[in-house]
Amino acid sequence: MENQNILTADKVIHDLLPQKFGMRGKIWTATLIIICLIGAYAYFLQLKNGLVVTNMGDYASWGIYISNFVFFVAISLVGSLITAIFRLSDVKWRTPLTRISEMIAVSAITFASLIIIVDMGRPERLVFLFTHGRLQSPIMWDVIVISTYFCISLFLLYITLLPDIRIMIKAKEMVGKPFAKLYRWLGSYWKGTEAQEKIRNRSITILCIIIIPVAFCIHTVTSWLFATTYRPGWDSTNFGAYFVSGAFLVGAGGVVVAMYIFRKAYKLEAYITEMHFEKMGRILVMLALLYLYFNVNEYLIPAFKMKKPEEAHLTELFTGEFAPLFWFAIFIGMIIPIIIILFKKGRKPLPMFIAGVMVVIGAWFKRYLIVTPTLLHPFLPMHDAPEKYKHYFPSWQEWAIAMGSLAGALLIITLLARMFPVISIYKTLTDEHETAQK
Amino acid sequence: MEKNSRRDFLVTGLLATAAVGCSDKNPFVTDTDQQVTLSGEKVKLLSADGEIIEIDKALLKPVPDLPQISNSEARRGIAGKKFVMVIDLSRCKNLKRCQASCNHAHFVQDAQNWIKVHPMQDGDHEAPYWQPTTCMHCDEPPCVKVCPVDATFKRQDGIVLIDSDRCVGCRFCMAACPYSTRVFNWEEPTLPAEVEHQHYSCETSVPQKKGTVGKCDFCPDMARKGEMPHCVSACPNGVFSFGDMYEDTVTNGTETFRFSDLIRDKAGYRLMEDLGTKPSVYYLPPVNRNFKFEEGLKEEEERKKILPEAKSKS
Repeated sequence: MENQNILTADKVIHDLLPQKFGMRGKIWTATLIIICLIGAYAYFLQLKNGLVVTNMGDYASWGIYISNFVFFVAISLVGSLITAIFRLSDVKWRTPLTRISEMIAVSAITFASLIIIVDMGRPERLVFLFTHGRLQSPIMWDVIVISTYFCISLFLLYITLLPDIRIMIKAKEMVGKPFAKLYRWLGSYWKGTEAQEKIRNRSITILCIIIIPVAFCIHTVTSWLFATTYRPGWDSTNFGAYFVSGAFLVGAGGVVVAMYIFRKAYKLEAYITEMHFEKMGRILVMLALLYLYFNVNEYLIPAFKMKKPEEAHLTELFTGEFAPLFWFAIFIGMIIPIIIILFKKGRKPLPMFIAGVMVVIGAWFKRYLIVTPTLLHPFLPMHDAPEKYKHYFPSWQEWAIAMGSLAGALLIITLLARMFPVISIYKTLTDEHETAQK
Repeated sequence: MEKNSRRDFLVTGLLATAAVGCSDKNPFVTDTDQQVTLSGEKVKLLSADGEIIEIDKALLKPVPDLPQISNSEARRGIAGKKFVMVIDLSRCKNLKRCQASCNHAHFVQDAQNWIKVHPMQDGDHEAPYWQPTTCMHCDEPPCVKVCPVDATFKRQDGIVLIDSDRCVGCRFCMAACPYSTRVFNWEEPTLPAEVEHQHYSCETSVPQKKGTVGKCDFCPDMARKGEMPHCVSACPNGVFSFGDMYEDTVTNGTETFRFSDLIRDKAGYRLMEDLGTKPSVYYLPPVNRNFKFEEGLKEEEERKKILPEAKSKS
C-alpha cells in the first residue's frame, strides 16, 4: 500500500468527508424517490382494496413480499460478517469496508421489517403481536431476533461513527451547514478522551461478539418459517445452514457492488484499492462454493430419492415451469461468478463488480424460487379452487411495492452516505499512524 | 311444528322480555318495534325471575342478531365433548351438496371452498375415487402451532377455530396446513346486508372479514343446538357421519354407528397419518362402492353445464 503512505491527515479528511450530491447523485436519488413513491401508491391501493391487488391465492399464499423479506434479511447479515467476524479475527484490511457493510445492514434490516408488514392482511393489528403474542410461533422468534439485530446494527453503526462525527463537527466549513445540527445532536458529547475511547472500544467488542449469534439467528429463524412446515422443498433439516450460507454470499456480493460504486462516485481509489477487491474476491468465491455445496444437498439428495411429494416440486424446478428461473439463479447467482472470480484477472474491480451484481440478482430470484414453487405443490391436488390460484406471477402492485422497498433500502444507504463518511476517517487515520510507526 | 311452538315461544319470549329492560342502543330493538299494533292475543311467558308473565303475541319478534356465546366461551368449547367425523369414501359420488350447503351457510367467497372434493388416485394402477376434505381438526394442529397471535386455536371439544377479530393475516397457518384446507379473504367479502352487520362469532365464522383466514369450523353453533353440521345433513348419500368420540357414536342423520366398531370393521384411517397431525376426521376406504368413479365425473360435467359463468369466472 505505497500509495497510502503519502496520504496526509488533511487529505484523508478532505477525501472522506461526506460530499454534496453531484448531478448524477441528484438524478440517482430522485429516481429512487420516484420508485419509492410508486411503491407507496401501490401499497395505498393494497390497503384500500385488500391483498386482492396481488396475484397471490389460497395456494401461492406467500409471494414476492416474503421472498423479498428473506432477501433483505439475507443481505443484512453482511454487517456482522465484515464488521464482527473480521474485527474479531483481526483482519487488517477491513477498515474501508466496515462502514459500508454496516450501512447496508441497517437499511436492509429496516426494510425487512417494513416488507413483512406489507404482507400482512391486517397490518393495523400489528400490535396484537405484542398484546397477544405466542412464543411458540416462529414468527414471534423472528420478531424478537430481527428487532434485536436491528438495534445492535444501529448501535454498531452509531458507536463506530462517534469519532468521525467529532471530526465533522470540527471541520464545519468543509462539511457545510445542512447536517451540522444533526451532528451536534448525535455526537457533541464525544470528546475522544481516553476514558471515552476505552468505553467505546469495549462496547464495539461486546457488540461484535453478540451480533454474530444474533445474525445467525435472524436467518436461521427466517429459514424456520419454512422448515417448520411439512411441505416438499421446505421440510429440510438443512435449511438453517443453507439460508445462512446464502445470506453471507449475497451480503458479500452486495458489499462488492457498493465498494465499486462508492469508489467510483467518491473517487476513493486510494482507500478502496485493488487489493481489497482481490481479498473480497477470495471470500466471495469461497462463500459461493459453500452455497453451491448446500444447494447440492438441498436439491440433488431429494432428487436422488424422488419421494412422491418431492417429485412434482423438483421436476417443476429442473425441467418444468420454473426451470428457466431456477437455472438462471444457479448459474448467474453461483456458477458464473465462481468461474469469473477464480481467475486472478477476475478479481480486478470491474469483473468483481459484475460478479457481485450477478450474485445479488441471482440471490433475489433464488429467494423467489424457495418461496413460491413449494406452495404450488401441495400434498392434495389443487382441485376445487379458482383457476387463477393454480399459478402465480406477481401483479404490478406487487412488483411496484417490492421494487419500491429495494429502492427504499438503496435510498437509505445513499442518504447515510450523504450524511456520514462511507469510510471511517478516524480508523483510517489510526491505521496510517500505526503503519507509520512500524 | 305444533309441538315445537311452546319451546320456541319461551326462547323468543325471554329474549323479548330481556329486550324491554335494555337501553335504546340494544341491538335487539329496532325502531319498528315501537309501532307494533297489538293483536290482543296474549301468550304466557316465563320471565328471568321465574315469574309467569303475559305478553301480547304481536310483540314476539324473531331476534335478528343475537350475540351468541362470549368469545372466551367460544374459545373454550363445549365441555365433555370430543367431536369426530367419519367420511365414507365408498358412498361419495362427487355430488358436492356438502360443498354447496357449506358455502351457503358460511358465505364462502368467490370460487373458494371450505369443503373440497378431490379426484384421487394413489398409485399408477389404483382405482380413482372421490375424496371430500374438510378441516381435519387435528389434535396436533400445525396451524395452531405457528399462529403468532392465538387467532387460531384448539378447543377442549377438539375443534380448531379461527378468531377473525384476532387474525393478523400473516397466512403462516395456510403454509403450515398440509391439507391445504385454509382459504384467505383477499378482498372485502361480498355479503348480504343483514349478514354483514351480524355480530361476529368464531363459532359461526360469519361474517367473514377482509384480510383474515377462513376454513371449515365443524359447525359448533349447530352442535350447540344439537344439530348436525351443514355438510352432514346436506349429503343425500350419507357420506359424512358426525358425532362425539366420548359417546363413541357417529351419525349421518339416518344411520347411527358405534364409532369404534365402524372404524374397526371398515378399516378406517386418517389422512397423512405419517405427519403426526392426528386428525379428527376418519376415512372409510372406497371399497364396495355405491357409485362408479365415472358417475362423479358426469356430475362434474353437469355442474359445468348448469353454471357456465362459474367456469368462466374461475
